[in-house]
Amino acid sequence: MMTRRALLKAGACALAAVAAPPRFLARAAVAAEARRKVLVAIFQRGAVDGLSMVVPYADRDYAAARASIAIRAPREGDAGAAQELDGFFGLHPALEPLTTLWRSRSLAIVHACGSPDRSRSHFDAQDYMESGTPGVKSTPDGWLARAAGTRSTSGSPFRAVALGPTLPRILRGDAGAISLAALDRFDVRATAEAAVARKGFESLYEQGVQDLLHGTGRETFEAMRMLKSANATSLAPANNAQYPRSRLGESLRQIAQLIRAGVGLEIAFTDAEGWDTHVGQGAEQGQLANRLRDLGASLMAFTQDLGDRMGDVVVLTMSEFGRTVAENGNRGTDHGHATAMLLLGGGVRGGRVYGRWPGLARERLHEGRDLAVTTDFRALFAEVSERQLRIARPATLFPGWAGAPPLGVIG
Amino acid sequence: MRRRLAAVVLVTVALVRGGGDVERAQAASSAVAIPSDDAAIVHALSRLTFGPRPADVARVKALGLTSWIDGQLEPQRLDDRTAEHALAALPTLTMSIAELQRQYPRPKAAEKPADPQMAPRALYDRPPPENRPIRIVAEMQAARLVRAIESERQLREVMVDFWFNHFNVHAAKGEVKWYVTSYERDVIRPHALGRFGDLLRGTATHPAMLFYLDNWLSTRADFTVRFGPNRGKRAGLNENYARELMELHTLGVDGGYTQQDVTEVARAFTGWTIDRPREAARFIFRPALHDRGAKTILGTRLPAGGGQDDGERVLAMLLRHPATARFIATKLVRRFVSDDPPPALVERVAATFRATDGDVRSVLRTIIAAPEFWAPDARRAKIKKPFEYVASAVRAVDGHVDARAGFRLARSAAEMGEGLFGAQPPTGYPDRAEAWVNAGALLARMNFALALTQRRLPGVAVDLSPFAIDRAAPEVTLDRLLLSLLHGEASSQTRAVLTAQLNTPEIRRQTVDDRGPADTDVEKLAALVIGSPEFQRR
Repeated sequence: MMTRRALLKAGACALAAVAAPPRFLARAAVAAEARRKVLVAIFQRGAVDGLSMVVPYADRDYAAARASIAIRAPREGDAGAAQELDGFFGLHPALEPLTTLWRSRSLAIVHACGSPDRSRSHFDAQDYMESGTPGVKSTPDGWLARAAGTRSTSGSPFRAVALGPTLPRILRGDAGAISLAALDRFDVRATAEAAVARKGFESLYEQGVQDLLHGTGRETFEAMRMLKSANATSLAPANNAQYPRSRLGESLRQIAQLIRAGVGLEIAFTDAEGWDTHVGQGAEQGQLANRLRDLGASLMAFTQDLGDRMGDVVVLTMSEFGRTVAENGNRGTDHGHATAMLLLGGGVRGGRVYGRWPGLARERLHEGRDLAVTTDFRALFAEVSERQLRIARPATLFPGWAGAPPLGVIG
Repeated sequence: MRRRLAAVVLVTVALVRGGGDVERAQAASSAVAIPSDDAAIVHALSRLTFGPRPADVARVKALGLTSWIDGQLEPQRLDDRTAEHALAALPTLTMSIAELQRQYPRPKAAEKPADPQMAPRALYDRPPPENRPIRIVAEMQAARLVRAIESERQLREVMVDFWFNHFNVHAAKGEVKWYVTSYERDVIRPHALGRFGDLLRGTATHPAMLFYLDNWLSTRADFTVRFGPNRGKRAGLNENYARELMELHTLGVDGGYTQQDVTEVARAFTGWTIDRPREAARFIFRPALHDRGAKTILGTRLPAGGGQDDGERVLAMLLRHPATARFIATKLVRRFVSDDPPPALVERVAATFRATDGDVRSVLRTIIAAPEFWAPDARRAKIKKPFEYVASAVRAVDGHVDARAGFRLARSAAEMGEGLFGAQPPTGYPDRAEAWVNAGALLARMNFALALTQRRLPGVAVDLSPFAIDRAAPEVTLDRLLLSLLHGEASSQTRAVLTAQLNTPEIRRQTVDDRGPADTDVEKLAALVIGSPEFQRR
């Protein structure tokens, strides 16, 4: 049986073979005109401690549960303490650059957000968050892939892109998402006559059985040609944006290049690793603070780089679960339940923490130890899909889920 | 489907240990036909080694497939001087943890990047500095490549890769880089074809695992540190190892344990820690850190005062738990047969595992003797992981490598997504096609094929002249390449594309007076074959 994806690809290839460069250029031009909406998703792999990232300093059980890792409550002029948000929550001081976005109402937070499934396995919980089907392992594709396949797409090979050496679960499926580690290495490189080698490889994947390898091969060459003609890699960061030289900074810099080059990007995804802070998590400074500093600086640079284009972009962070409310024996935290997710960008109704706060009193905790989930991650993801990706019935992206009223986090 | 069963060999599985399942396991796995035609030999080589070299099919045929398999299962009998000679240039491989800590001291704070996460590509992008700790990991990576390409003990290398990944530790985490050499050399490699229980206990008591999954810091809840910089501070329980021990090393995530079990197992392992972690790290049980209370684990009560024996009993329980047999069987069948393991085979392999107390050799014999292993739909059903792809490409063109090549080839595998010793999550790297097939990685594979055949990889000796004995006859060259590299299993599509390539002037270079083809660009032609869809499979 030929999948819909295969049909799409076969069609695209037939067209490409006839008149490749002009068609791509035309497509790129159309894409730029339409000021396409873009969703950028960042997965904080390893389970970020939402209670340190977005600190519920006014919850009276917060500081007591965390003798050595609680973040100081905000105080006027204290740059080393939590940064005041709304009188109850504060941002971790390492995220200080984002307070500008909070004040301009382009940063929103959904707290106590997470999965209805109780798994504390990184692997399973990430799998559920990426498939969009908590508790169901057999779902073949990822919810962002389904989103990419549902909406009317730009038809561009760059409509759904993951930055990194592998294609993540969330984008696997029939949407034809591509992944790449570095834009400037996305080409056939040979000592001489690279064009001959490129043509040869392309022919090898052009026809033949409709399988994962051939499909991917075709997308690869289509994308390569488009990237060349759009000249994305020549775009230096605008507005003096300074990206950290971290993996996340590099990924966001390149996502910005794709957006600015107008190659039809609609969904971008990247990972940020290193959140599994079982030992020596740190408080205002330390291990987690370093990771958050990278996150804040990368997001800030991305926002600056895109300037006005940020009006069409929403950045969404997610993480498989949160961490124990109480610190463990090693001034770290173990696997927990709910965490916090950030949204920033043009359409975001920012300056507000969304979601019902369940409280940190022992009797309020999930299984007596973790922050309870009051917002199902599917509710947030569905709303983002509807408002940012214009998907009419977003609950259908999450099989087995009845839907939920919107939080109102995107205008 | 063209299937010639030239001869039929009966394989008897010698199941040494007793147990209730022995007869059943034996009945299932003995007296099964192992085909011995050329296609079967190619299949066996592609699954049990890092890919055939051009002469391997004839070599195995002469020896007999069954004898060759027996030899691979008893690797200590195989002469491995070529690999050992190349490895001699990597001095860290034979050093103890104490020696490594002495000779590769941690850089002073000023020389260190502020945050290791900030320099993620450092492991691969620079030539390994001679006296930095990072050198240790670079030599480990190089050694893996050298062994995968040069060693005669191919199946053991395949299993070292499998078990290291199963009991994954991330070399970039803290002290692990000083421990990882010993971890692979002293725990994984000696038992790669031995007993699962030895692997389980060996990893549980090795500083690398104790550090990676934090168990070395886990103490009874009311413990107060008495000495050192943390004097007076309270320590306590850390669940990290306990959870992954059950989820990833033994039972599997659906193996039937609860959060309560995780906490109780963590209590059982309190006191399993590292003695002198920065000087001469080794396992030690410290009774003072241990939670002496009674525990209930998976329904079994461990009475108070068990001491180190608590952890030992947990390991023994997990080793014999039926969920462990099923979980390990599933992963092995996925490695050797297909991404979607046939349930009936998994059951038989699990039965062997139970009957033999986790004897890896017996378990592998059950898999190799299974009709599912030889089934037509299992042939070329697996996509090579990057490490497998890199090694198999060098072997396919009969390339040879020195230690320096190992460093470079490890970088290539990393560019395709598989940085050796660089998997951060305890799950290790996935073993399914979807994880490895994507645009960027596929391109990296094609570029690797070009770099390899155009001899741009320092330390990799490749001689393509045997393929191009008559450079004026490109058709002959192509035939030889397809035979050696794809063993006649090229699709008609691939064959047609490559034949058409022969007519492009860049591949078939004309003489000045245009009297006929004078030369064939065998490098480019070989690169196309290695970059073809067929060569991505094993």
